[in-house]
Amino acid sequence: MSELLQQIVNGISLGSIYALIALGYTMIYGILRFINFAHGDVFMVGAFIGYYLTPQIITLAGGNLLVAAPIILAVTMLGCSILGVAIEKLAYRPLRSRPKLTVLITAIGVSFLLEYGGQLVFGPDPKLFPTLIPSGSVVNTEYIIIGTNSIVVIVTAFALMLLLRFIVFNTKMGTAMRAVSFDHRVASLMGINIDTIISFTFILGSSLAAAAALLYASIYPSINPLMGIFPGLKAFVAAVLGGIGNLAGAALGGLILGVTETFVSGYISSSFRDAIAFSILILILLFKPTGILGRHEREKV
Amino acid sequence: MLEIVDLEVKYGAIAALQGISLSVKPGQIVTMIGANGAGKSTLLRAVSGLVGITSGKILFDNANITNLPAHRIVGRGISHAPEGRMIFANLTVKENLEMGAYLRDDKDGIASDLERVFSLFPRLKERIHQSGGTLSGGEQQMLAVGRALMARPRMLLLDEPSLGIGPILVKAIFSTIVEINRELGMTILIVEQNAHQALKIAHYGYVVETGKIILQGPCVEIARNELVRKAYLSES
Repeated sequence: MSELLQQIVNGISLGSIYALIALGYTMIYGILRFINFAHGDVFMVGAFIGYYLTPQIITLAGGNLLVAAPIILAVTMLGCSILGVAIEKLAYRPLRSRPKLTVLITAIGVSFLLEYGGQLVFGPDPKLFPTLIPSGSVVNTEYIIIGTNSIVVIVTAFALMLLLRFIVFNTKMGTAMRAVSFDHRVASLMGINIDTIISFTFILGSSLAAAAALLYASIYPSINPLMGIFPGLKAFVAAVLGGIGNLAGAALGGLILGVTETFVSGYISSSFRDAIAFSILILILLFKPTGILGRHEREKV
Repeated sequence: MLEIVDLEVKYGAIAALQGISLSVKPGQIVTMIGANGAGKSTLLRAVSGLVGITSGKILFDNANITNLPAHRIVGRGISHAPEGRMIFANLTVKENLEMGAYLRDDKDGIASDLERVFSLFPRLKERIHQSGGTLSGGEQQMLAVGRALMARPRMLLLDEPSLGIGPILVKAIFSTIVEINRELGMTILIVEQNAHQALKIAHYGYVVETGKIILQGPCVEIARNELVRKAYLSES
């Protein structure tokens, strides 16, 4: 029983990180109808921004992590947003009117560019991510130990998801995003500048990836330029599982995947850990390609 | 107010508009009638910036708006209720209307225009929190017109407001269009296959066939024209 509880907490903590990344995939899919395969690498760059930034900011904050952490989070989000917007402007925008396959292949190219460019700039060796969340535990009984990092991860991720939900459903920009995701041309008839909304979407998605990176590196502190591949692919699976294009679906898919993965590695074998995500992908594509919360998109006439 | 000079639009090798010239004066309802595929929708799309122009000029209030991007043309004061209504199915009725007012910042003005749209189309008020996709065809058409009005435009482009709607609702919508023109002094360009209704409410009309204007004049005269009666008003 206690082990089960422990696995659930660990699973939710990992799953909420997947959820943050998955939201980026699903939002960009919603607006542009293609999978931004470079998204996992934006996540990786976020981890490296955090790696170089954290010691500096902690020194500036006089060693106070409570002051330093929000600043590090904000700057990393900003850095990833700039990267995300730049990728869209330079690589995807010129291809906007081309077939989606062209953009998809370009996204894979951008992904490779960031991965191997990252090896060139940051070096290929793994680096140890500095401590951003103080070690220790919030709950420590003989049944369950909930580490401070699990709580910080879960609370931060859920707060950001609620904030995103507010932006998308309660602000003018968010409503415009939903309008653009319905139809670009009709949205432009409202006076909406499509390019602005697309950039805004990349800012939101990349910011969440940045936050996910800091949280992920706080649990798994060994970072390297290829670290974005697996979390990226798994978050993509999570987005498909929940129903691509659906925000709640991405969050739900992330959580389900995180918990499943933790259970499989805890009760079966950790060597199946990575296989489970792709088994889920195959099953969902076979039996419910629209995902849990996704709906069939009616062909527009 | 709107001056279209020798407009040509090509989709690939196909010429959709072959030298159309047309003018709309302030306060007028002008209609363009013609069969499906005659180029009516293309004309409105060219004016609102949705399709590129091969040659020719579009002037609005004497300013050249040819090939301006669509989102900037709205800012000049032209609102387009597109063919097939194109309501944001994933947004509520209220959000659809708010998107119509996307470029405006005057909260009070938006609120009073929202009320005005509801007084023109009381049905929309009943459905205010329903998503656009759940509305009937007629309600969607009301929403499309209401949404276009929310930009507080100086000119309204209406693309086939009668399409796919029962005759009673068509009458209601056309009488609201007249009301919008009279009460708000709105200039309206309306393209229609339903020549009968359009000629009844418009002041001036154009008949278009395969991308060319074949006839124009005050609607009373057009309605009397032998050719129009045979081809568009289905009288023998």
